Amino acid sequence: MTQPDPQDRPPGGDARPGLTTGLRQPTAAELRAVQASEDFGRLRRSFRVFAFPMTAAFFVWYLSYVLLSTYAGDLLSVDVVGNLNIGLLFGLAQFATTFLITWLYIRHANRSLDPIAGRLRTELEGDE
Amino acid sequence: MDVGNPWLNIGIFLVFVAVTLVIVVRVSRTTRSVGDFYHGGRGFSGRQNGIAIAGDYLSAASFLGIVGAVALYGYDGLLYSVGFLVAWLVALLLVAEPLRNTGKYTMADVLSFRMRQRPVRTAAATSTLAITFFYLLAQMAGAGALVSLLLGVDSRAGQSFVIAVVGALMILYVMIGGMKGTTWVQIIKAVLLIAAVGVMTVWIMAANGFNLSAVLGRAVDAHPDGEAILEPMLQYGVSDTTKIGFVSLAVALVFGAAGLPHVLMRFYTVPSAKEARRSVVWAIALIGFFYLCTLVLGYAATYLVGADTIRNAPGGSNAAAPALAYELGGTLLLGIVAAVAFATILAVVAGLTITASASFAHDVYNGVLKHGKASPEKEVKVARRTAVVIGAISIVGGILAAEQNVAFLVSLAFAIAASANLPSILYSLYWKRFNTRGSTWSIYGGLLSALVLITFSPVVSGSETAMIPGADFAWFPLTNPAIISVPLGFFLGWLGTITSGEHDDVKHAEMEVRSMTGAGAERAVTH
Repeated sequence: MTQPDPQDRPPGGDARPGLTTGLRQPTAAELRAVQASEDFGRLRRSFRVFAFPMTAAFFVWYLSYVLLSTYAGDLLSVDVVGNLNIGLLFGLAQFATTFLITWLYIRHANRSLDPIAGRLRTELEGDE
Repeated sequence: MDVGNPWLNIGIFLVFVAVTLVIVVRVSRTTRSVGDFYHGGRGFSGRQNGIAIAGDYLSAASFLGIVGAVALYGYDGLLYSVGFLVAWLVALLLVAEPLRNTGKYTMADVLSFRMRQRPVRTAAATSTLAITFFYLLAQMAGAGALVSLLLGVDSRAGQSFVIAVVGALMILYVMIGGMKGTTWVQIIKAVLLIAAVGVMTVWIMAANGFNLSAVLGRAVDAHPDGEAILEPMLQYGVSDTTKIGFVSLAVALVFGAAGLPHVLMRFYTVPSAKEARRSVVWAIALIGFFYLCTLVLGYAATYLVGADTIRNAPGGSNAAAPALAYELGGTLLLGIVAAVAFATILAVVAGLTITASASFAHDVYNGVLKHGKASPEKEVKVARRTAVVIGAISIVGGILAAEQNVAFLVSLAFAIAASANLPSILYSLYWKRFNTRGSTWSIYGGLLSALVLITFSPVVSGSETAMIPGADFAWFPLTNPAIISVPLGFFLGWLGTITSGEHDDVKHAEMEVRSMTGAGAERAVTH
């Protein structure tokens, strides 16, 4: 699993502890304009297209583990490797997929979300 | 069962208390403003906050409870712990970052962002207080159970005394340290807990040639039910009702974690959404590692301690982890594990107290009673006083609830969080049309349905293990209400919204842009 790099700060370098809220607060009109902008539409779409199906997928995957464990015990009791049966491997796979989805999301956010979000934020708050 | 040397257990715990108190006093020198009390100056890094989240989340119930469940029932213990982990994906994918971007101190900040303030703040504070109350009761009851198990104190008076000490310490941490002090207590506790669990796991795996299958094989040979501990439904498969009850519990776990107010409040302690995301990544890594370890520890307890010995120990299945520590490392390791278990309770309880007092002072006192016009100094004063009151209530509640099942109280808190909080958090972040009526219906509907169903379930009456064993007014067969109350919370949120014409486009634009970009969100504060 990738560990966060403490040196890697968000765009604009504004996350250093030590900076207070001296930034300009955007007005309602500016926020509405940004909401209607093409850039923001891309950001929202890019986030939703990843996050929503991924949430549905992990939930279905987890629910199938719960329901098969509850109602298909005989199937899950079949040994695969040594004393490890299908059910135990299914459970361990839940850990693996959780770590995998976390990694995929971090990669997606770093590549596709943070650059747009950072650009829009700078646009709204102005340069320091 | 041998509890080792109670004085050594107490001694190691007192060292923990002394060290954390010194740290709390040191960091509190910079706690002056309102923000410092609520979010510790937003100066924690994602890694620090992620460790603190693990500290908040891995309560004594999950440490002692899951090791015990695996030791006695095998597979079903794993099944239970998986829910606690995957639930974090909801927080990672949908909640943590937008919450950090739109809120200030509490969950109600986000829920009321584009709604009418007073009704939504009242509703959100009500569910926050209800959840923290049940979670606090669970921790305090757990403290009582630990006392009899680890200190050899069986008398009711002795247990009550220890609960009172835990409560007093918690008030002290919160009063002196605010969020910054509380966070450091959680970080230290999480590191100790995960290190202790990790060392024991490596120890066991090394003794079995790092072969998990060998550990399982020895557990099967030692357990009276044999192979059944590697197969599902030894614990939950008693009847069709207990099976559906388990599915319901799974729903509560997966939707509950991202609705727990004390977890949500932790996202405000970091300087940006990106750090909030990192917090969750660290939390997922640590929590996942922890639950993998508990699987090994549980099966090891089956063959090293023995299922019957655990069942007959004071504290029942909760005794599995301490007894295993004693088998492995004698009195000293048992002392360390016992002290870590107490530290766990203390840290979780402090986190809950600060959340409840923040919610009362910020949402109820300032937001509702003073229409948001109270001065920040006055608000923090109220928060500190509330912490004392909550401390007192939880001491009394903990003493009264000492005999209650800890795991059940925790699952109830998760069920309420999943039914009352999560629907309205998700709707207000992602559904444009959502409005005040939808929000209040969803929160109150989820909260009330969860509470009513629990009241009329076999947990409260009508069974041998019920809270009121003599009475029988149970008509709801399941021990967890989530399978009904969570869909109901989502449904009422939808119904309330479409039957009300209210909608604030301007506020929605503001909330959406802020939540996605972080524009205008508060950064870290220095002094």
